[in-house]
Amino acid sequence: MSDRIQVGTRKGLFTLVRHNSNWKVDKVDFLGSPVTMCLKDPRNNFSYAVLTLGHFGCKLHRSADDGKTWEECGVPKYPEGAVFAGMPGDDGTPTTKPASMKEIWILEPGGTDQPNLLWAGTIPGGLFRSNDNGMTWELIESLWDNPERMKWFGGGKDEPGIHSICVDPRDSKHIQLGISCGGVWSTSDTGATWERLGQGLRAEYMPPELAYDTASQDGHRMVRCKSAPDNLWIQHHNGIFKSTDDAHNWTEIKDVKPSTFGFGVAVHPSDPQTAWFVPGKKDEFRYPEEGKLIVTRTKDGGQTFEQITNGLPQDHCYDLVFRHALEVDETGDNLVFGSTTGGIWTSNNGGDTWTMLPNRLPPIYVTRFC
Amino acid sequence: MPRIHFTPHLKNHLDCPPQDVTAATLREALEIVFQANPRLRSYLLDDQGHLRKHVTAFIDSTPINDRVNLSDDVSRAKEVYLLQALSGG
Repeated sequence: MSDRIQVGTRKGLFTLVRHNSNWKVDKVDFLGSPVTMCLKDPRNNFSYAVLTLGHFGCKLHRSADDGKTWEECGVPKYPEGAVFAGMPGDDGTPTTKPASMKEIWILEPGGTDQPNLLWAGTIPGGLFRSNDNGMTWELIESLWDNPERMKWFGGGKDEPGIHSICVDPRDSKHIQLGISCGGVWSTSDTGATWERLGQGLRAEYMPPELAYDTASQDGHRMVRCKSAPDNLWIQHHNGIFKSTDDAHNWTEIKDVKPSTFGFGVAVHPSDPQTAWFVPGKKDEFRYPEEGKLIVTRTKDGGQTFEQITNGLPQDHCYDLVFRHALEVDETGDNLVFGSTTGGIWTSNNGGDTWTMLPNRLPPIYVTRFC
Repeated sequence: MPRIHFTPHLKNHLDCPPQDVTAATLREALEIVFQANPRLRSYLLDDQGHLRKHVTAFIDSTPINDRVNLSDDVSRAKEVYLLQALSGG
C-alpha cells in the first residue's frame, strides 16, 4: 500500500504522506518552480522532478535520498536541423518548423531487467532513452526519422508530444506510446522498429473520411493493466476507448454520463475491467458538468459506469484534472487526483468515497504514488 | 573587456557571478563563461544554441539583434546583461 504521493504543481513538488487515514503535506521541493512531471523509480528509488521553467527551459533533477538532496541531470536534446511539421504554406505545400526541446511530458522507467533505463516522451514529439538514470539522453532516431511522424500535429500543446509510455511488464522490449496528436505507436524491439496501431479510434474533430485515420488520433492518456497487459484504456479527446488485444483494435465506449470528455484515466492493476475517469464538459469548456465534480468508474469493461460523488464538491466546482494527475496505486484500492485549481482528492476504497486534502495547492500537473 | 552580468533570478538555480571576458562577439563571450560554468549554458540557450525565447540580452543599453548566432559585437562594450524577459514567467 502506498503511503506517499508526489504532486507536481505550478509552484513546486509537493510530497504527501499518509498519517493514519489522512494525507498531509510533508514537504515541498523546488518551491516556486513549475514541476510538470515527476517519478519515483521503484527499481532503485531514484526520484525525478522535471522543471519546466518559463525563462530557463526544461530541467531534470534526481534524488537518491527521497528528496533530501537533488542533483541536476542532463535533458534530451534535439539534433541540429531537426524539424517537425508546420501548417501548410499559402500554396498548400508542406512546411516544417525547427524542433527544439520544449518539455519532458512523460517520464517512465524501463523494465525490471533494464535497471538504469529511463524513457522520456517529449514535446515536440521525440522519444528519448537514458541508460544512466537520467544523466544523459539519446533520441530514438528510428521513430523520429519515420516519415509518418510528419503527420503528427499539436493537440493539448501547440506542438506534437508523447504523453504516454506503456512498457509491457511481460517483455520490456515491447512498448506502446500515446501521442497527441499522432495515435498509438508500438515497438517490440526496444525502439528499433515501430508500428502504428489504433484501429477503431475515432477523431470527431477531423473530416468524416479521416475520422478513423490512426495517425490523427488525439488520445489524451493511455494506460495498461499490469496483470493483464493486453488490456489498455484511452481517455481520448472525444471519448473513451479500450483495447483487449494489445492496442491493435479499440472499442469506443459511448453514452457515459455525465461526459466522455476528459484527460486522465486509471486502470486497476489486477482487474482490466475496472477503470476510473474524471470527466469534464467537452471540449471547448473543460470544467465539470454543471459545476459538479464526478468520478466515473466501470467495473465491467465499460458496459456500465457509476457516477461517484461521495466526498466530491457538487456546487460551483470548476476543477479540471489533467492527463497525468489521476493515479491508482499497486493495490487498486488507493487513488488520487489533483486539479487545475489545486484540489487534491484521495480514496482508499477503490473510489467509492473520496476525501479532499484540506490544503489548496497550486495548479496540479501530475500526481504519483511513490 | 566587457563585464557579463546575469539576472539574479538565476541564483535560484545556480551560481553565476559577474564575469569579465575578452571576446569579439556575444557567442564568444558566453562560451568563455560556459567553460567555467557549463550548467549555465542550458539556462540561457536552448538545445539548438539559440538564446532562449524568454531570455533577453543587452550590450550596454542596446538589446542584441542576433538571438540565433549571437554575433553581436561586444569587443568595445563595458557591460553585457543577460536578463529574464517579462514574458515567460
